[in-house]
Amino acid sequence: MAQVLLKDLNKKYDEVHAVKDVNLHIRDKEFIVLVGPSGCGKSTTLRMVAGLEEITAGEIAIGDRVVNDLPPKDRDIAMVFQNYALYPHMTVYDNMAFGLKMRKFPKAEIQKRVQDAAEILGIQDLLKRKPRQLSGGQRQRVAVGRAIVRHPQVFLFDEPLSNLDAKLRVQMRVELKRLHDRLETTAIYVTHDQVEAMTLGDRVVVMKDGWIQQVGEPLELYTKPSNRFVAGFIGSPAMNFVDVGIQGSDSSLTAQGTGIRLAIPPVNASQLGPYKGQRVTLGIRPEDLHIAAGGDQAGYVFDAVVDVVEPLGSEILLDVKAGPNSLVARVEPTVRLKVHDGVRLAVNPDRLHFFDMTSEKAI
Amino acid sequence: MKKPIAGGTNGAVVVALPHPGTRRARGLTRFLESERLLASLLLAPTVVLLGTFIAYPFVSGVWLSLSDTSVGNVGHFVGLKNFAKAWDDSIFQQAFRNTFFYTFWATIFKLALGMWLALLLNRSFRGKRLVRASMLLPFIIPTVLSTFAWRWMFDPTFSVLNWLLFRTGFIVNKIPFLSDGVYGMWCAIVVNTWRGMPFFAITLLAGLQTINPDLHEAASLDGANGWQRFWHVTWPLLKPVTLVVVVFSIIQTFSDFQLIYVLTGGGPANATHLLATYAYQVGVATGLLGEGAAISLFMLPVLFVVVWVQLRYLRRLEGA
Ligand SMILES: Nc1ncnc2c1ncn2[C@@H]1O[C@H](COP(=O)(O)OP(=O)(O)O)[C@@H](O)[C@H]1O
Ligand SMILES: [Mg+2]
Repeated sequence: MAQVLLKDLNKKYDEVHAVKDVNLHIRDKEFIVLVGPSGCGKSTTLRMVAGLEEITAGEIAIGDRVVNDLPPKDRDIAMVFQNYALYPHMTVYDNMAFGLKMRKFPKAEIQKRVQDAAEILGIQDLLKRKPRQLSGGQRQRVAVGRAIVRHPQVFLFDEPLSNLDAKLRVQMRVELKRLHDRLETTAIYVTHDQVEAMTLGDRVVVMKDGWIQQVGEPLELYTKPSNRFVAGFIGSPAMNFVDVGIQGSDSSLTAQGTGIRLAIPPVNASQLGPYKGQRVTLGIRPEDLHIAAGGDQAGYVFDAVVDVVEPLGSEILLDVKAGPNSLVARVEPTVRLKVHDGVRLAVNPDRLHFFDMTSEKAI
Repeated sequence: MKKPIAGGTNGAVVVALPHPGTRRARGLTRFLESERLLASLLLAPTVVLLGTFIAYPFVSGVWLSLSDTSVGNVGHFVGLKNFAKAWDDSIFQQAFRNTFFYTFWATIFKLALGMWLALLLNRSFRGKRLVRASMLLPFIIPTVLSTFAWRWMFDPTFSVLNWLLFRTGFIVNKIPFLSDGVYGMWCAIVVNTWRGMPFFAITLLAGLQTINPDLHEAASLDGANGWQRFWHVTWPLLKPVTLVVVVFSIIQTFSDFQLIYVLTGGGPANATHLLATYAYQVGVATGLLGEGAAISLFMLPVLFVVVWVQLRYLRRLEGA
C-alpha cells in the first residue's frame, strides 16, 4: 500500500510525444482510473509506472521511493495485461505461483497465497489447467490472481476487461470493485471506456493527446467538466453542443443560436458577462432536456422537430433538430412522438454548460 | 372430355428422357464423386514419383548391401557378410565414432550459437534487416566453395589463422590444423558449425517472434531476471521449434559428406572419416559397391531412432 506520485512526467518516442507534463498524486488505497480515447498516452503512463517504458523526463515515486531507475521487479507492483499474458505452458497454479517462486518464497507460503487468491476469485477448481483450457473470463481471473498473490504496493491494470464480452465485462467490473474494497491496495486502472472509468474510479483522470485534461471524482467530472473535451467524453449519450452568441443587457443575457434561443440563467450570468457580443459553445446534457410543461419558464424552452426516436425501454432517446442543430434528449418512456413531429423542449436552467470557443475551457 | 392438362406431365417426361451423351457424363460424375476412387487417382502421380525416386534407390541400395557387387561385377546375395566385415574394420569403427562425435559437438555448438544469435537479432537495433540477411550468407554459399576457403585458412603452410595467432603471440608453434587427426576433426566441426548456425538462428528467430512480448514483461514484473526469463518463458515456448531444427541438423550432420570430402578427404590416415565419406571411399573410389552400401546403411537405424523420438515428442506436445 502506497501513494504514487507522478511529477512532470514526459515520454517521447522518436516522433511521438506520447505523455506530456503529467502531474498526478495518487493517494494511498485509491482506485484511480486513466481514461481517454485510444492513443492518448494512458498505457504509456502506466507502463512508465511499471518500469516497462523508460521515462524521458520527470519523476515517479512509489511510496517514498523515487523509482525512475529501478527495474520493474523492484518496484513492488503487479500488473494485469489486456491480453492477460498468462504463461501458456504453465498451469494456472504455476502462473500464479511464478512471481513468488522467483522471489524465493517458501513453498508453504506460496501454496497458501495461491489458495487464498484462488478462493477469492473462485478459481480453485481450475488450478491444474493450462490457460488455453480456460474461457476468457477465467483467464481474466487468473491474471488478476497472479497480481494479487504478490501483495504488491500498487496494482496496475491496462484495459483488463476489453477482451471480454459486454455482459462479462459488467460482471468483472463489479468484482474488481469488490476486490479493491477488500484488498485496499492502491490501483491504477487504464481504460478507454468512460462507463468503466466512472463506475470503478475513486477519482478519474481524463487524458487527451498526452495531456491530462481533468482529474476528479466521477460526479465532479460529470457535473463540472473543466473543458469541452471532458464534457463530451464523459456521459452517455454525449453532451449536446450548440454554437451560440451572447446578447442582451447585463441583467438579462440570452444565448442566441440559429433556431434556438435561451435565456442565460442567473448562475451563469456573471461569468458570461465579459462574453457579451461573442460566440461561445453551449453544452446541454441529454438528461437535462425534457418535454416542456406548464411549469417551465418561457426563456428556457425552444421548439424542435423529431428526427429519430430510440426507445430503450427505461427511457427514450429523442434525436431532434432545432434549426441546423442536432440534439439528443433523454425523455420519459411514456412519451409518444413520431418522426417529424414538432416538440417543445425545456432545459434544466441549473445545468447548462458554457465553453470558450477558442480555449474550449469551461466558462 | 378434355384431356388432363398434359403440359406439366409432358414437360417432366421430356426432362426425364435421356439426352444423348448424358449417360457417359453421368458415369464420369459418379466416378468423380466416389471419394475413394478419386483419391487414388489424385494420389497416383505422387506415389509413382515417390516410388521412382525414393523407394527404388532405397531398395536397390539395400539389395547392394546384401550382395558382393563391385564395379564391373554383377553381385550375388551374400547375406550380412558386408555388415559383419565393416563391423570388424578398424577404419569403419573410427568413422562410426567420428560420426557421433562430429554430430554431437557440431549440433551442440550450432544450437548454442544459433540461439545466442537469434536472441541478439530478436532485439531491435539499427540495421537489423541487413544483419539478418547477411547472416544467411554461410548458408547460401555452396558448401564446397566455402569449405575450400576454410581449407585455405587451415592450410599447413599458408594458414592465415596460424599467421594471426603467431603474430599476436598466442602461439609459438604452428597449429597442425588439418595434418593431425584430432585437430582435423575439430576443424571440421568448426566449419560445420559456421555453416549450419544461420539455419538455427533464423529458425529460432522465427520461433522467438511468435512469443508474445507481454510474457516477458509479465515475467520481469514477476521478478525474473534475464536468464530466468529465458529459462522459464522463452525456452519452454521455443522447445518444439528447437526440437525440429535439432533433428533436422542431426540428420544432415550425421550424413554429412561434402564438408569432410573437401576439407580433409577423410585424412590424415583416415582419422577424420565419417560414415558417408568412408562409404564413398570404399564403395565408389575402391569400387566395392556392396561394402560401401553396407557402411552407409549403418546410418539408417540411428537416424530412424532420432526421427522416432522427435515424432513421439511432438505428438505428446500436441496431446498435452
Ligand atoms: N513503442 C512505441 N513507439 C512509438 N510510438 C509509440 C510506442 N508506444 C506507443 N506509441 C505512441 O504513443 C502514443 C500513446 O500510446 P498509448 O499510451 O499506447 O495510448 P493509449 O492511450 O491508447 O494506451 C500513441 O500515439 C502511440 O502511437
Ligand atoms: Mg493502451
